[in-house]
Amino acid sequence: MPLLELSKVCKGFGYNGSRVEVLKDINLEIEQGEFVAIVGYSGAGKSTLISMIAGLLAPDSGSLRLEGKPITRPGPDRGVVFQNYSLLPWKSVFGNIYLAVDQVFPDWTKANKTEHAERYIEMVNLTPARNKRPNELSGGMRQRVALARALAVEPRILLMDEPLGALDALTRATLQDEIERIWRRDQKTVVMITNDVDEGILLADRIVPLSHGPRATLGPSVEVNLPRPRDRKAMNHDPRFQKIRAEVIHYLLGSNPRIRRKTAPIPAFDVPLGLVREAV
Amino acid sequence: MKNFRFKFDWVVLPAIGLALVLAIWSASSETWAGKLPSPGQTWDKSKLYITEPFAHRGVQDQGIVRFTLYSLILVAKGYALALLLGVPLGFCLGLSDFFTRTFDPIFQILRPVSPLAWLPLGLVLFHKNEPAAIFTIAICAMWPTVLNTAVGVRSIPQDYLNVARVLSLSRTRTLFSVLLPAALPYMFTGFRLSLGIAWLVIVAAEMLTGIPGVGNFLYQEYNSGIFEHILLCIITIGIVGFAMDRIMSIVENNLKRVFA
Repeated sequence: MPLLELSKVCKGFGYNGSRVEVLKDINLEIEQGEFVAIVGYSGAGKSTLISMIAGLLAPDSGSLRLEGKPITRPGPDRGVVFQNYSLLPWKSVFGNIYLAVDQVFPDWTKANKTEHAERYIEMVNLTPARNKRPNELSGGMRQRVALARALAVEPRILLMDEPLGALDALTRATLQDEIERIWRRDQKTVVMITNDVDEGILLADRIVPLSHGPRATLGPSVEVNLPRPRDRKAMNHDPRFQKIRAEVIHYLLGSNPRIRRKTAPIPAFDVPLGLVREAV
Repeated sequence: MKNFRFKFDWVVLPAIGLALVLAIWSASSETWAGKLPSPGQTWDKSKLYITEPFAHRGVQDQGIVRFTLYSLILVAKGYALALLLGVPLGFCLGLSDFFTRTFDPIFQILRPVSPLAWLPLGLVLFHKNEPAAIFTIAICAMWPTVLNTAVGVRSIPQDYLNVARVLSLSRTRTLFSVLLPAALPYMFTGFRLSLGIAWLVIVAAEMLTGIPGVGNFLYQEYNSGIFEHILLCIITIGIVGFAMDRIMSIVENNLKRVFA
């Protein structure tokens, strides 16, 4: 049985005339320990999809199951990292994480909870910033706090909604490495939403493209069978990497009605990177 | 040069303003307002009350700071009641559309009612002066707290609520760990406005009930024909009100910095 199972999930917003079907017939199965990246256009409904898995939104039809049980509401079995960090600004780094730990493990002693929170602060290398408030931290550091908070509740699955989208390229690369390191350490099941195909290839076991909206749906999965740890620079010249990227891009561009009409089929190899970035 | 500029803006200009007002005041008492005591007369007659600020020479004759303290204590009681009532009401308004539709029209009608109108009702309800005054202060001063708390609760970012939901925080913990801190900067704006109103109301409340305090002193000295003391009281009330507003605004700014 897959850990997470989505079947024929549909979701729309608005009423009658102004109603927009955002997601249509989403089917997805994720196995225990798998790192899956969902890659798609901005506004295609990626956040809607992850909100439904998190239990913050209910689907209009179809079913979402975690370990066979229907998802009806948010819960600490799913750790969520939001794009805009969503840290409580009046709490310190420690306070933000402790709030989560305290809620999820109420029976532990105070010392236990403190130690647990501190272990996760250390895991994301933020021990020196333990007592700082979010507004004293850089974007990258804030996102690390959010990551530590999501992991500290020891969820069955980690959901990340464009976790690195708001960061500059260098910080992004550092955090990608950290996410990979943490994931390899405890083999957590991860669903990551991103609009960066390369990021998906660098981190994920499998990439699932989400087509252009409205009525976006998931395309065929592309396995990323590159050995880990993956070297960002070497990957650019690796034909296997280029093939995977081309497959994903091909599906995404093909799903966009505006691009589909204008461009010839994309060759399977040697897609100029700049063009790809612009299109996605 | 910069230092000079600073002194000019913050010392010289206000001093010129003060001198102008004193000049107009003197000129008025010399010319068209014969009964208005001049600044000099006011100082002469008030000196005793300022130099012996805590003196207690009799119920009606005490140092100005002592009278002010009486007023401040009464304001503190009324203000505390205003916050105690206002914050929960504000939370209900902010959290529930049902509650808002039900009670908002009534609040809008009660809000502009003058303290002078509430006080007799307070006397009818509570029979005694002090509870009536506290009731009047509370019911007049709580509206900014109610409305700003409601706005604060409504404008809590969805992100914070999502965090509370994702972590499955209990209702009480959501209230105290998320809603209350997130709304606090707005609430403080309400607290500050409420305090200003409470201080406005105190004068009227003391005049009508005869509870000793700076407002009552003012009215009693009017009846005794010592007009210099009216001016003394007005200046005192103004300075105290200004000081309270400054203190609240400093606290408010510090809060906003922490919560930004």
